[in-house]
Amino acid sequence: MDPTDSTAEYPPDSPVLADLAASWKSAYIHVPFCARRCPYCDFAIVDESAGGAADHTTYIGAVAAEIGMAADFGPLDAVNFGGGTPSRLAPELLERVIGALEVQFGLSEGAEMSLEVNPEDWSDEYGRGLVDAGFTRVSIGAQSFDPAVLDALGRLHDPDAIARTVSGVRTVGISSVGIDLIFGHPAETAASWERSIAAAMALEVDHISTYSLTVEPGTALSREIRAGAPAPDDDVQADRYHRFCDVASGHGFVRYEVSNHARDGHVCRYNLSTWAHGEYVAFGLGAHDHRWGRRERNHRRLDRYLGAIEAGERPRVGVEHLDDFHQERDRLMLGLRLAAGTPLTPTAERFAASEAGRRFIQAGILEAGDGRLRIIEPMMTDAVAREALSVSWHDC
Amino acid sequence: MRDQVLDEMDLERERGITIKANAVRIDYTAANGDEYELNLIDTPGHVDFSYEVSRSLAACEGALLLVDASQGVEAQTLANAYLAVESGLEIIPVVNKIDLAAADPDRAAGELSGVLGGDPGDAVMVSAKSGAGIDDLLEAIVETLPPPGGRPEAPLRALVFDSYYDTYRGVVALVRVVDGSLTEGERVRLMARGVDLDVDEVGVRRPKIERTGSLVAGEVGYLMTGVKDIGLIRVGDTLTNADKGASEPLSGYDEPKPMVFSGLFPTDGDDFERLREALDKLRLNDSSLLYQAETSRALGFGFRVGFLGLLHMEIVRERLEREYSLDLVATAPSVEYRANLVDGGQQIVHGPQDLPDSGRLLSIEEPYVKVMIITPSQYIGTVMELVQSRRGEMGEMNYLSPERVELHYLMPLAEIVFDFFDMLKSRTRGYASLDYEPAEYRISDLVRVDILLNAQSVDAFSTVVHKDRAYAYGRAMVHKLRELIPRQLFDVPIQAAIGSRIIARETVKAKRKDVTAKCYGGDITRKRKLLERQKEGKKRMKMVGSVEVPQEAFVAALRISED
Ligand SMILES: Nc1nc2c(ncn2[C@@H]2O[C@H](COP(=O)(O)OP(=O)(O)OP(=O)(O)O)[C@@H](O)[C@H]2O)c(=O)[nH]1
Ligand code: SF4
Ligand SMILES: [Mg+2]
Repeated sequence: MDPTDSTAEYPPDSPVLADLAASWKSAYIHVPFCARRCPYCDFAIVDESAGGAADHTTYIGAVAAEIGMAADFGPLDAVNFGGGTPSRLAPELLERVIGALEVQFGLSEGAEMSLEVNPEDWSDEYGRGLVDAGFTRVSIGAQSFDPAVLDALGRLHDPDAIARTVSGVRTVGISSVGIDLIFGHPAETAASWERSIAAAMALEVDHISTYSLTVEPGTALSREIRAGAPAPDDDVQADRYHRFCDVASGHGFVRYEVSNHARDGHVCRYNLSTWAHGEYVAFGLGAHDHRWGRRERNHRRLDRYLGAIEAGERPRVGVEHLDDFHQERDRLMLGLRLAAGTPLTPTAERFAASEAGRRFIQAGILEAGDGRLRIIEPMMTDAVAREALSVSWHDC
Repeated sequence: MRDQVLDEMDLERERGITIKANAVRIDYTAANGDEYELNLIDTPGHVDFSYEVSRSLAACEGALLLVDASQGVEAQTLANAYLAVESGLEIIPVVNKIDLAAADPDRAAGELSGVLGGDPGDAVMVSAKSGAGIDDLLEAIVETLPPPGGRPEAPLRALVFDSYYDTYRGVVALVRVVDGSLTEGERVRLMARGVDLDVDEVGVRRPKIERTGSLVAGEVGYLMTGVKDIGLIRVGDTLTNADKGASEPLSGYDEPKPMVFSGLFPTDGDDFERLREALDKLRLNDSSLLYQAETSRALGFGFRVGFLGLLHMEIVRERLEREYSLDLVATAPSVEYRANLVDGGQQIVHGPQDLPDSGRLLSIEEPYVKVMIITPSQYIGTVMELVQSRRGEMGEMNYLSPERVELHYLMPLAEIVFDFFDMLKSRTRGYASLDYEPAEYRISDLVRVDILLNAQSVDAFSTVVHKDRAYAYGRAMVHKLRELIPRQLFDVPIQAAIGSRIIARETVKAKRKDVTAKCYGGDITRKRKLLERQKEGKKRMKMVGSVEVPQEAFVAALRISED
């Protein structure tokens, strides 16, 4: 069954689907450009408010060249443009990348072609350009429907722009639309989160990702907190998360990963495959690629990245070789984020039977049964993953 | 000549206090041309070491009682003066530090005459710093103090007043020969121990050792026998001839008695053997140090150690940490309780873990001490209030001068060990001084407070306290632990209990969120490394039942309880 049929056939949290996704092949393209840096963000981006608009054409030329240097992988089942802000690129540039991918690897029938769009970049004309380029899915960086929270998050759009973008995506005929939300900023209240949830439901999108605000070291947010600004509260975030899950499931959303909820047929294939330990090629600044038991990463600095491409070299800065056991450990660590969980392999079973595993099971956080090991309290995923990483071949 | 000649240990030199007695012989030509040999013993002044002071006094004809001209008589001065008077010694009052701008030598001399009787004019005024008055003092010594008596022809009687361990020569004993003579090659007997030894070498210290071959009645010097076990040659024992020795020892022999007990545990469990070796080594020079292996569920393997007092405890800990590079955690200090059992027996209790079950327990007795406090009179009210809040009973009160008063109390030692000394110092801005001596045991309303984590008692935090203080202790500990123990997978109740009765309770709420949002662009490597690093940070956790407690939490909770 090909990925298109599988996603139509199985619910988003289906173990069968998750296991199938482990063999899908994806591509990730990093688009580093942002209008400005949001205070909580530590991604590898190019802040265009600092040095004026960067040379998008040169960058995309380099990405295309990088794709041309990649070893063969076979046809791609999902392509995802992430960032940064992919919607800062003209559709023609995006199309050039898709063309390069098609030439180098091929695209499977009905492949998922997805990108992240910021509401302030949207116009229906832009959307038509995306359709022409071949996109089938748009994920909108909505973040919140509360103007005060949007402001605190340093976002440039207002709540109305989100609604306009959603209906625009529908109008131009893109078949799957999702929004991203960030919850738990100290500027958010229980009531404003409630309103954001209601507004998100009212838009009747196909997919919602909800991310708890995380304070990354070195960001403006972390500096403000050190200087005395209020920090996000874990308990509040847990409450907000659970509240969202409750409402969303009442509206037909199925949570298939810690942060991802989809209606039937709308699981993000790239996303699901990544967590199911699927393989992906990745191109662009700071991109990470996972193939054949290797994890490789690109330069995070634009000049180095471009310099390497210009010199005709692959822009890699690091590679990690994983033997069978370490791949198995990664599969376990990643699979624990999925609602479908991970197959109860001998390694997973050893973990479940370990002292730490038993404690999680006893505390109602982890569950082993029906051939799966799955987390039933997603807010505690890292606690479990941390222990799962320390199982060894010899543990019993 | 370097400063602090007789304070030879690093710690003594650094802290500026004498921890170990030292002896020295000097030659002196008096003003009238007579030649004298002066044998001096420098003793510690602190109450913890008063046993050593009393042994040294027993070896002397006279004593110099020094007071600081800027401070006047302090509690230790008085305690040591009484010891000297009891030993029947001639006392020369000396007012030192007259060079100081804040010096009030007349007031100090007045206080001394109040204590010793006699005229304020008897005090010799000196400055050890400038040398002023030192000649007067030396003249006063040869004029006032009687020369040593003793019968050179009688059987040997020599008092061991100190000993130390030398890596090459073994135990070196410092002795005062009272009767007879001590000569190399002879065989001598330790009367209290009942052990015979060969005299390998004798001589005097100046303060470097100088071999003389023999010491006769009236002389002070050292003795080497090749003995390696310091436990054999105890301070206070009397040496006599192995053959046809004296029948009566010099004076009653007392073991120095530890007053304060505390558990010492290495923070790194692997250091247990190193701690044992370090204690063994320290004991070579400090026979008052007693210890016994102890196991704590929370802290692992360690020792219950008996100390002469709080200063002694502090010094031993500091030496272990510094000289042996050990990182230690100490449980709250305890005194020696006596548990009276229902069956009529009695059990010695050195810490909460020794306390019998309440079913077998009839009553608990605790040690009381006679306390002497000397304070500027403006603080009398403050001191009285403090003493009363610590279960003290008022005794006599004497004015040393219109501005300074001497107060006597009877008080549980446990209160002094707890925080009394610090409170006294802080409430009198450092002006009050304190000394105490054992008095008696009394039945008290004492209870053991246990601290429970998730219903499991944590032995390291148990303590024996007076009932009136139990509630405050329980509340403080429970509160501290709530802040120190990280949130777990489930709610963790922290309770303080007396027996089965809970007196304080707080809860560490279950952790509800431990997840980060997303991975940047599929960077699984970074995510994994972060998790592994966090896991590494959890390695120093100890399991108390099913609760993970960071080692630091134990250490921090115990450290706070010291403050
Ligand atoms: N200004 C001044 N300082 C002095 C004089 N004599 C001693 N000191 C200082 O007073 C402090 C204590 O001196 P010590 O000789 O150690 O006192 P101690 O009585 O032996 O003390 P313990 O052995 O701990 O009982 C040191 O800092 C000395 O330098 C003096 O005559 N004048
Ligand atoms: S738009 Fe996204 S990638 Fe760009 S700075 Fe903001 S959070 Fe970071
Ligand atoms: Mg001294």
